[in-house]
Parts: sequence; C-alpha cells; structure tokens
Amino acid sequence: MSESRTSMSDWTRKTGAELADALAAGETTSVELTQAHLDRIAAVEGAIHAFLHVDAAGALAQAAESDARRSDGDLRSPLDGVPIAVKDILTTTGLPTTCGSKILEGWIPPYDATVVTKLKDAGLPILGKTNMDEFAMGSSTEHSAYGPTHNPWDLDRIPGGSGGGSAAAVAAFEAPIALGTDTGGSIRQPGAVTGTVGVKPTYGGISRYGLVAMANSLDQVGPVTRTVLDSALLHEIVGGHDPRDSTSVDPPLPALVEAAPQGATGDRSGVRVGVITELGREASAGSGWQAGVLARFQESLDLLVEAGAEVVEVSCPNFVHALAAYYLIMPSEASSNLAKFDAMRYGLRVVPEGDPSAEDVMRASRDAGFGDEVKRRIILGTYALSSGYYDAYYGQAQKVRTLIGRDFDAAFEQVDVLVSPTAPTTAFKLGEKLDDPVAMYLNDLATIPANLAGVPGISLPSGLADEDGLPAGFQVLAPALADDRLYRVGAALEALLEKKWGGAILDRAPELKGADA
Amino acid sequence: MPEITRQEVEHLADLARIDLSDAELDQIAPQLSVILESVASIKEAAADDIAPTSHALPLTNVFREDVVVPGLTAEQALSGAPEVDQQRFSVPRILGEEA
Repeated sequence: MSESRTSMSDWTRKTGAELADALAAGETTSVELTQAHLDRIAAVEGAIHAFLHVDAAGALAQAAESDARRSDGDLRSPLDGVPIAVKDILTTTGLPTTCGSKILEGWIPPYDATVVTKLKDAGLPILGKTNMDEFAMGSSTEHSAYGPTHNPWDLDRIPGGSGGGSAAAVAAFEAPIALGTDTGGSIRQPGAVTGTVGVKPTYGGISRYGLVAMANSLDQVGPVTRTVLDSALLHEIVGGHDPRDSTSVDPPLPALVEAAPQGATGDRSGVRVGVITELGREASAGSGWQAGVLARFQESLDLLVEAGAEVVEVSCPNFVHALAAYYLIMPSEASSNLAKFDAMRYGLRVVPEGDPSAEDVMRASRDAGFGDEVKRRIILGTYALSSGYYDAYYGQAQKVRTLIGRDFDAAFEQVDVLVSPTAPTTAFKLGEKLDDPVAMYLNDLATIPANLAGVPGISLPSGLADEDGLPAGFQVLAPALADDRLYRVGAALEALLEKKWGGAILDRAPELKGADA
Repeated sequence: MPEITRQEVEHLADLARIDLSDAELDQIAPQLSVILESVASIKEAAADDIAPTSHALPLTNVFREDVVVPGLTAEQALSGAPEVDQQRFSVPRILGEEA
C-alpha cells in the first residue's frame, strides 16, 4: 500500500522522456501515470489553481487506449501514453474552452484545434485545460475571469502570463508537459518565473487552427515542459504544415529531437552567441532589470564561454521601440479578432430590458462578458486603427516591425543565436501591478521582438536570484525556421547549469502543502 | 502628450460595441492616456521610406485544391448558440423601431 503510494507520487517527478522510457520498459502503464498526475492535481490544485477544467474520465480513457495499443505493439508517437495539459485557448471537442473569459463560460467547441487533434493522434491523454489571462491578455494570469493561478515557488506570487496555468501545472508536477501559446511572451515569461522551459516556435511552424486568436500575426502555439528535450519531443509532435491554417509554413521542421542531446553532450566550441545590448546590458538602477536576474544571466554566459562558445555583444537598436510597436499592433489585431464575440452564434448573450435590437444585445453582452483588460485593449486597438490616428500609431508600428526584422537579419549574419534574460524580474506579488497596465506590459520587453519578427525563442531556467530565491529565465532566439538551434544551445546550457547547481533548478522549489509527503 | 478624453472613449466603446458604465469610462480614459503616452515614441521611430510589415511571413495567395471536405453538421454548428429556431441562429431584431 505505502509502496504503491510512493511510486505513484514519484511518477509525477519524471520528465516526459523518462515517462516514455518507463512505459517502453514496461515499468508502468499510461493509466497508472495518468492517475498519478490526477492525484497530484487533486492534492495541490486548491493551492495552485492551474486548471480551469480537469477531465479525469477522458484522460483515463485515452490512457487505457494507449495501454491497449502498447500491448498490441502499435505506438503512435514517442510520447504515446504520456499525459499533457492544454491551455484553455485551444479548442477541444467535449471539453469547455473559455479562454479565461466569462463570454465563453461553458462553451464546448464543435471542433478540435489541429494541435489537439495531433495530441490525440499521438496518444497523449489530455488531463485538462489550463488557466490563462482572459484571451491571453496579460503577464500574470490575474486577468483570468476565473481567478488567478498561484506560483508554486511562492503562492503569493504570479506564475507569469498569459499562460500561467500551463507553466504552474508543469512546475507543480501536476502535468509532465503542457501546451501554451505565445503572442508577446506568454509561454516564455511564465517559464522564466516558474523555473520551467517554454518555447515559442517560428511563426507558422505550428498550426494556429483552433487557437482562438488574440493577435493572429503574432500568436504561436508551443511547448511548456521541465526539460529542453521534452520541449523538442512535443514540438515535433504538434508541429508541421496544416492546410487549414493559411499562415502555416510549408518547409518541414528541422530535426528538433536529435538537436537536444547533441547540444547537451556534443562539442559547443564555435557556437556564436550574440548578447543583445538593448536587453539588460546597460541596466542601471531604476531601469527595471533586477540585479539577481542579470547576475544569473551573466553566469550562464560565462558557462557557455567556458564550454567553448564565442560570445559577442550585438546591438539591435530598434528593439527599444518593440514594446510600443507591440502594444499598438496587438490591440489593433485583438479589437478586430474579438469582434466575433457578438452574442449571436455562440457565447454569452445578455438581453437588456425592453425591446432591444441586435446591437443593444451585442453591447450589453460584450460589456458583461469581457473583463477590464480586454476592454482596454479593444478600445486601444479601435483607437489605433481609427482614421486620423492610423498613420501615427498602427502605420508607424508596422514600420517599426520592419526595422526590428532588419535588426534580427543583421544580427544573425554575425551570430548563430541571440540571447537575453527572458523577463526583467523574477515573479512579482499577486496584485502588485494589476492597476498599472504599463508596468505590467514592461514584463514583455525582452520577449516581444521575437513575436514581431516571427523568429523562434526558448526560455530555460538560469538559476535562482540571490535577493528572493526565485527562478530567473535565460532566453535564446534563433533565425526563422532554425528552431533546432534553440534546442541545441538550450540543452547545452541546461546541462552546464545542472552541473553547476547539482541538479535541476525546479528540484529546489518548496514542497507544496497538501501534497503527498 | 496624447490625451484621450472621456467622450472619445465613449465614442470608441460605441464603435467597438461595448456598453461601458460611467465608472468604467472614468477608469479607462486616464489609463488609455497613460498607455498612449508610453507608446508615443513610435511616431518618431521610423522614417517615411520604411515599408510597413503586417506579417512576419512573406506568404501571398495561399491556395488549396478545390475539393469537398466534410464540414460541421447543422447540429454541431448550432451547439453553442444562445437561441435556436428551426435549425437556425435566432437573433434579436436587426432593424430600428422606426424601420
């Protein structure tokens, strides 16, 4: 009895790749390890609130199917039988998809997102849907209409956003791996503040069909995991061309899974690493860059140099305008994308007194269904797109986008990858920035340029900041379609840091109350 | 600095089809002014001769074969509808009283 309890709780500490190996070796079943994660969810969700919906019955049924396939020798992917959590912005048949919004409360989509279809085809049981800032608008998950998610490192702090639910679920060992989406950093910044790994792939590398759009020219689905290898495994499963997404790219993905072990064990000499001058290098008091974050970043750079990498500083002068361009382009696209929530075909309908017209119903429904941040961004976007302001705001932002792309092009002529700290600070306190939108937006400073240019990026933990003992993130950016470089350099640094810290950074997170002792 | 007035916000909310309460208007107008001030540098950030980028991918005219594929059934398409009548979306009147 006590023996099985121990082994159950142990399964939740394993990575996706380790679980796949254990399944292959016949040491466990998908049902057993799916149940272990459901038990962990039951034990810690009261403290974390990473999930909006948990689908125990569905996950166990998918797990049983995986076990049956395995006994027939008919496996569908390297992660067949490994459970996963999915951000609630990806449509799922039979499971609610709310995007963290009241306007979609209880909505059950009639179709699966392509990435969800791919997970099902690959045999990954879906544990449930994870919490997020409403329609992915936020950097703290506090803008969820269903209450915030808490950071497993310190329950009084934010788990990042918008994908705080996926990151916290993985950091709290409720799920071995998860899917997120990243429009301006919503995978990478939560990864940084929870001590997990998050990847924003090349724009177009993973289908957006069934991803409820916030800013469609910036949104991208990506992996949320505890190791670089797990991200590569998941990326290969959900990536690739999709005829249902006209912005999906045709060239096949480079080999990602083999890049990780090559990076971890291979020769790192000759890798050219560019440190972006504009992101934290010229930090001074009051600049918003936390000393402990910068210290861990420098330490990681030193490790790469010791391992033979060539580190140079590269200036991307237009990055200083990236935040402004992003906070015009994103709300502009969002104001257009969210026009579809009109209370006519699906979602909340509020009917005012009297004999209201369809427009009256739209106005009342959108007021009742959208939260403050969503309203702010829709109105800001409407402003930036309106005649008289279009050229000065949206038009200029689009030009800056061109300049940022040129900065990346010039930089990647000199170096193989660019690096920076992922976020300027470690996790801040819940409520601290809720009433100050601009302070909240500054969290995305280092992650936004990649979205504007469509290039891929990864965040991995660089260690714990001295002043607060909380995790900091290290970001690696690569040229479009060269996602394999993220995994090669990311796995190299992960291995070097693991040696330095004597194990994974996440192993240093405090044990959660209510969890199995 | 760019100022955005309460009346302007009311007009924008109207364009965006959102009924904002007085309290919301009081809150959002000053917040938008602060946000606009923080992005005002964009006006000087790029020269006139820089071409705009609307999209990171150089994709144009993405075609597919014109073949019939299964779509949603009427029942599936209507499954989330607030109101259904005779296998159709039922919506409030769309014309004004005087029409």
